[in-house]
Amino acid sequence: MNARKSWFEPRKLGEMAPAARIGIYAVLGFWALVVLFPLYWLFITSFKLPIDVAYPPKYLPFLDFAPSLSAWRYIFVDLGNDTLRPYFNSVIVALSSTVLSVGIGSMAAYALSRIEYKPRLGSILCFILILAGVVVAVLAGHVDWRLATLVGIALFILVLRTVARRFRRHVGNPDILFWIISQRILPPVVAALPIYVMFQHLNLLDTHLALIVTYMTINLPISVWLMYDFLVGVPTDLEESAQLDGASRFRIFFGIVLPLAKPGLIATFLLVLILAWNEYLLALFLSTAKAQTMPILIAAQNGTRGPQWWYMSALITIMIAPVVALTVALQKYIAQGLLLGAVKG
Amino acid sequence: MGRPLSEWIDRQADRLFILPAVVAILAFSIFPLLVSAYLAVSRFQLTAGGYQIRYIGWLNFKKILTGSEQFHFLGTFAPIPWFAWILPLLALLFVGRGLRLYLTTGRVTVLGAIGRAISAALIVALATLIAATCGPHGGLGTVSVTLMYVVIGVSFQFLLGLGLAMLCAQRIRGRGFFRVVFMIPLMVTPVGVAYTFRMMADMTQGPLSPLWRLLGLGDLTWASQGWSARLVVMVGDAWQWIPFIFIVLLAAIEGQSREQVEAASLDGAGFWRIFRDITWPEIAPVAATVVLIRVIEAFKIIDLPNILTNGGPGIATESLTLHSFIYWRTLDLGGSAAVAYSLLFISTVFSVSFFNFVVQPVRSARK
Repeated sequence: MNARKSWFEPRKLGEMAPAARIGIYAVLGFWALVVLFPLYWLFITSFKLPIDVAYPPKYLPFLDFAPSLSAWRYIFVDLGNDTLRPYFNSVIVALSSTVLSVGIGSMAAYALSRIEYKPRLGSILCFILILAGVVVAVLAGHVDWRLATLVGIALFILVLRTVARRFRRHVGNPDILFWIISQRILPPVVAALPIYVMFQHLNLLDTHLALIVTYMTINLPISVWLMYDFLVGVPTDLEESAQLDGASRFRIFFGIVLPLAKPGLIATFLLVLILAWNEYLLALFLSTAKAQTMPILIAAQNGTRGPQWWYMSALITIMIAPVVALTVALQKYIAQGLLLGAVKG
Repeated sequence: MGRPLSEWIDRQADRLFILPAVVAILAFSIFPLLVSAYLAVSRFQLTAGGYQIRYIGWLNFKKILTGSEQFHFLGTFAPIPWFAWILPLLALLFVGRGLRLYLTTGRVTVLGAIGRAISAALIVALATLIAATCGPHGGLGTVSVTLMYVVIGVSFQFLLGLGLAMLCAQRIRGRGFFRVVFMIPLMVTPVGVAYTFRMMADMTQGPLSPLWRLLGLGDLTWASQGWSARLVVMVGDAWQWIPFIFIVLLAAIEGQSREQVEAASLDGAGFWRIFRDITWPEIAPVAATVVLIRVIEAFKIIDLPNILTNGGPGIATESLTLHSFIYWRTLDLGGSAAVAYSLLFISTVFSVSFFNFVVQPVRSARK
């Protein structure tokens, strides 16, 4: 830096006045503090003894207070399986639901971006009417649900073959895409009750399967949305030449399209994984003991003697450590995934 | 045997690709939606050896709209304080202006008019509801509280996120570091955020307690006051979600063409001029979409109020989802479904209006 020169020449393009630069650093630094300090506090609280959580607050381990592993020992040794089981439940549920959701979602996204669908409006309407009829028959008429479903399916096929054929109006791919994405508006609490009852009837409450299938579905709109935007941008010439060579749709999809879509897949996978990992409300409905996930375990720490901050901090730390590490390692993909949805949306 | 099957699969490939997604959504969204609709108009009772669901018509809705649970859902009505008159007035002005613009375009359709009428009526009604329950003798219901989380919370998050993104887009050293750090809260589980903020906001032993004592506020407990409790919930929510707005807007700002900005700054345009005339028009479509996504998600808030304040004091921080969940816990399935359906109605009308009247025009203005 040459101080004399800057008096006479205008600053270079994109160069800022020192005052502005300091101001920007001050604001950004302050926000970094706002972001990091709660996490720091959480982390050090997990090394505190109950006696250290008092006024005046103790900020620095080793200087202010002697860090103790007692909370960590408690959650890993004393609680043992009560910590590890929810943790592995969370890992299993989040991973499998994400694999399924991204898999099914990208298949649907691929189909919607390459194949033209024309479902008839008439068939959709009569499907919904028959479904509503089945629901009312089971709930109000006390008809056995298996019987009602069978009758419903039979009726639907019958109507599909006869009446619905006469309706010419149909919906197109954009409508289907919008329909799938708009499922995200649906508040989970509306669906939670019936899903609860449904799994109760199937004797699947408090199982991994119930959580996996439910999470898969609630995250489908996001998978389809992000993958659709990504796949629309993937050039189709390779696929077309493969099609000419007689390759099947499945071969093309798994052999050509998916490898090309890897960045989009990673971004979508990460976002859906994080959503499934952190989900709270549906887990509250669907898991009570065996399949309990981490958010439920943490929320349940609000005991009768008041919250046990030190145990809770240790639990939250082990819960957020893997996702924070993932974020830091793969932040490019996450930013790309978020942008993907928002820009083209 | 294998051949005909695989050939059949190949022939059906077009359908098989989309079928799993459609079936899953039908089973877990459409079917539950219909069942919920039925539950909302019936009463659920546990009986010996099972349960009974009985049709009772609109009684569940009557209960939360005009009956014994009105205070919970809509709030306690009180005379409108003088300053609160501004809410319905602003809503009327806003809606009136929008409707007049629409009527003067000359492209009025029946469906368009009905849609706009519903949106306008809902906006005015909700503004009036908040005004009529926010007085000193009134009490906000869960509808108003949820709306506050959505409107005030999201606006605040958007402004801060935009500001941070603007600063982070400047050519300074260490941008990469700030970008990663600012992203972290998004990944923290909301339950964890809630507990962490309970620790942070603890005015007697928390990390900021010396500051509160210095200010003479050491004895104040935020959890016992409706407004401060709501503020803490909103701060926690903002901490978690500002990163989302930040990342997306930052990417949008960095994606804009550099030349225009440089040419403008050569012409001596200042920071604000450049932002107003070049950057903002360019990122507005992304900004509108980000706000839409946040609005949709903000309507579903439950983790933070449930754990930070347990909905309290009283019902001061209770969101609609939490309200519905509390009914479910007390086995009032009908009431729970009725509240859930009301939430579905409000959030759908709100989101669709926002999409049609904000996101779409902004996008088409860009093209």
